[in-house]
Order: sequence, then structure tokens, then C-alpha cells
Amino acid sequence: MLALKRLLMSPLGSLLSISVIGIAFSLPAGIYGMLENLEAVAGQFSTTPQLSLFLKLNTSEEAVMDVKSRLEHHAGITTIQFISKENALQEFGQSTGLADIAKSFEQNPLPDAFVITASSVPSYQLDELQAELQKWPEIEHVQLDSAWAKRLEAMLGLGRLAVLMLSVLLSVALLVVTFNVIRLQILTMRDEIEVSKLVGATNGFIRRPFLYFGALQGAAGGAVALLITTLGTNLIDEQLKNLMHLYDINWQLYQLSLGDSLSLLLFSASLGWAGAWLSVESHLWQIEPR
Amino acid sequence: MISFSQVHKRYPNGFDALKNVSFALESGEMALITGHSGAGKTTLLKLIAAIERPTSGSIIVNGQNVGTLRSGAIPFLRRNLGLVFQDQKILFDRSVFDNVLLPLQISGFDARSSAARVRAALDKVRLLDKEKARPITLSGGEQQRLCVARAIVSRPSILIADEPTSNLDADYARDIMDMFKSFNQVGVTVLIATHDSELLGNAQQRVFTLRQGELAT
Ligand SMILES: Nc1ncnc2c1ncn2[C@@H]1O[C@H](COP(=O)(O)OP(=O)(O)O)[C@@H](O)[C@H]1O
Ligand SMILES: [Mg+2]
Repeated sequence: MLALKRLLMSPLGSLLSISVIGIAFSLPAGIYGMLENLEAVAGQFSTTPQLSLFLKLNTSEEAVMDVKSRLEHHAGITTIQFISKENALQEFGQSTGLADIAKSFEQNPLPDAFVITASSVPSYQLDELQAELQKWPEIEHVQLDSAWAKRLEAMLGLGRLAVLMLSVLLSVALLVVTFNVIRLQILTMRDEIEVSKLVGATNGFIRRPFLYFGALQGAAGGAVALLITTLGTNLIDEQLKNLMHLYDINWQLYQLSLGDSLSLLLFSASLGWAGAWLSVESHLWQIEPR
Repeated sequence: MISFSQVHKRYPNGFDALKNVSFALESGEMALITGHSGAGKTTLLKLIAAIERPTSGSIIVNGQNVGTLRSGAIPFLRRNLGLVFQDQKILFDRSVFDNVLLPLQISGFDARSSAARVRAALDKVRLLDKEKARPITLSGGEQQRLCVARAIVSRPSILIADEPTSNLDADYARDIMDMFKSFNQVGVTVLIATHDSELLGNAQQRVFTLRQGELAT
């Protein structure tokens, strides 16, 4: 508890370094929280489980009706939209501005198609449904419309990488801050260290309070970071709730979980410990009784 | 017990501070080391506490060869030594009591018996009424006695003092010497370096004289 005493000995300095650590760490913690939110959004979109079924070109009208009724009775499917090949061709003509070309086809090259919404959410069940429908003889091809979600997923991956890089950089910053704070402490405590060695203090005995101090300071910085991110998300959440209320949407921002918070504290504490250790190792040997 | 055999100390700058020094001090003995300034007295005491290492020769303290002691063992050697050095290294940011307490904290004594020991040590140097005082408010003689109290609080078997009476007037000096004698009477081995020949006047102790790093016989 020598460490605690030293933390309180220079309250302004301690407060300063703790805030620096806290602010530095609230950045990646905040971005992490934002990513979690985006991920939740992405999850909602990718769980709008749409599939496109393209029938074989030579499918007769009766067969199409048969497929439709089978789809209607399928337990895993909620909505069905039929796009006849005529509609498809017309739309192709309109959307591309190549109506003349579309008309000039002797035979319609486009297939009849269904756009269906599956009732199930998890992607493995969508894959199962896709595989099942693919086996139907009238069906040429089943496409899962999740490309957009996949793109978002890739962006999130990029975001996660950014958080990781930021964390690494700021971790180095925390190491440096702790290193320097401990270095100054060692210098101001030079006499005490020297006397202690003279009366038989082991290096471990001298090192220990510095290590505890580093860990304590790191943990306090981590706590400040938690405070900042929690306050930040709550503030944004309030505003968001008002906005969402207008649209009648009930939407809760992601808050850092207990696990997240504990790992952040543990992480910043161990970084503080490591910084203190490096500092003690590089400075303590210089102080020997003369 | 302290024994030097053919000890040589050359400082990194090439200066030979001790040359071929051999002597033995039985446990329970008291001895003075005298010599002019620069004769090597401080160097000799530093070798005993492993603050400096000998260039050659062997130094045995309490059965351990101090010259070859690995650095991890040095703290435990020092816990058996009471050291009073020239630059007193009193910690001015804490009370007299806490200064004396430090060695006990370091060797892991429990708080209650520590307090009793600290008071006993302060009593022996007659500073008990100043335990709460800041060291800066003490006189030179009192500061010196504080250092003695810190050296004896862990009840070492060997007490080593470097010029403990320098810059004290004669009365204070005699006072301190009487204290060392009384420690010696209860069985502590005492080794004191001094250039103050007045202290030797009525000395019944052994006296080693150093001349330019050599022990005169
Ligand atoms: N660290 C050192 N490096 C070089 N020379 C030293 C060092 N310490 C002491 N000396 C020299 O060794 C000699 C003996 O010093 P010291 O043991 O302090 O003598 P004393 O205590 O008898 O006055 C002196 O000439 C001093 O200049
Ligand atoms: Mg000297």
C-alpha cells in the first residue's frame, strides 16, 4: 500500500497521467463499441433472408404454378414474389435503355424467377434452404442475396484492424507514460533506495511498490477510459432514442459488457505493470550505495 | 568474525587504495582503524559491507567470502551488519521513528514488535523523546545518534562505523564512543574508522593503523 500512498503523494501528477491513459484508451474502446453497433446493424440486414430462384428456360406455365404452390406451402418461406420472364425482359429494357434490343430477341432469353423471403434467420439454415431448393428439377439456380452484408462484414473487418492498430499504438504510449513516471519516482527516491539497499533490501523488495504503482495507475487509467466511453455511449443513446422514436423504432446502443470492461481494466493494469518493470529494470541498478 | 587476507583494492581509475591488507577480528572484539585522510579507511569498511569488491585477496565476514558473494546474497549479508557511514543518508521526509523503522520493514518484521525495537534502539542513543521529530530539527550529534540507532535496531552481530565522531565536539564524540563500547560489552563486534587521534588517548581497544593503503604493524 506504499504504492497507493505514492499515488496520493502527488495527486496532480497522478491525476494527469491517469487522465492521459484514460483518454488514450477511451478512443479504441469507443470505436470498438461503435463497431459492435454496426455489427448489430449488419446482423439485422443480413438476416433479411432473401433468395432469388431462377427457373429453367423451358419450364411450362403449369410447372411454374406447381412450383409456386409448393413454395407457398413450404414451412421455411414467408413471402413470395413472382417475376415472369416477360416482366423481367420489360424491366431489362427499361432499366438499360435497350428496349429495342430487348424487343428484337426472337425468343425471351430470361427465365421466370421468384424472390422469396425465408422465415429462418441463421445463415446455416439459409444455406440449407438454398441447397434444398436447388435440387428441385424446375429450378436452374438459387442465389442468396447476402452480398451487401458480406461487403459490410469486410468493412467491419477493416474497422477491427484499425482498432487493433490503434490499441497497439496507445499501449506503447501507456508503456512510455508509465516508464517515465516511474523513472521520475526512482530519481526522487534515490536516497531512500540507497539507504534501503544499505540496510539489506533485496532488489525485489525495492521493485515491488513500483510495479504495484504502475499496475494501479494503469488500472485507474483503464477505469477513466471506461467512464468516458460509458458516458459517451449513454449521451449518444439518449439522442438516438429521441430520433428513433420519431420513426417508431426501438433501438438500443451497444454498451461495453462486463467482460469487455474487465478485460480493459486487466489489460491497462498489466501494461502499467510492464512499463514500471521496464523502468525499474533500466534505472534501479544505477542506484547503489557508494 | 571479520578476516582480511592479502586484500588488494584498486579503483577503476588505477589508484591502489589498499595494498596487501591482512588482519582478523574475533567476534565480540572491538577495534579502531586510524590513519590520515586518504589512507584507505573508508575503502576497507566498504569492502566488508560489499559496497566495493576487492581486486584480490579474500574477505570473510561471518563465515562468508564477501569478495565472491553473488549480488543476490548481499542484502542478507548487510542485514547482519550495522552500518554507520560518513554521509549519513538520513531520510528527511519522515520522522525519526520511521527512519529507525526502515531496516525492520525491509527485513519483514511485524509491526508491533518493530515498534518496541525501534523505541529500544532510540532509548539506547537517548533519542526516545524525539521519536516524532523531523530529522532536520535535530542537532549534528543527535543526527549522528539517529544513524547509530538505525544501525543497531535490527540487532546486528557486527557494527561498523566510519568517522562517527567527525564534526562533533569532544563531549559528543566521547558520548558516541561510550555508546559503541557499551554495544561491544553486550557481545557486538565493533569496528570504527577514525582519524581523530584524541579518541585513541584512553583506548583499550585494538588499533589498526593504515598508511597509504598499507597496514602498519
Ligand atoms: N571510487 C573511487 N575511485 C577512485 N579513487 C577512490 C575512490 N574512492 C576512494 N578513492 C581514493 O582512495 C584513497 C582512499 O580513500 P578512502 O578509503 O576514502 O580513505 P579514508 O577514508 O582513509 O580517508 C583516496 O586517495 C581516495 O582518493
Ligand atoms: Mg573516509
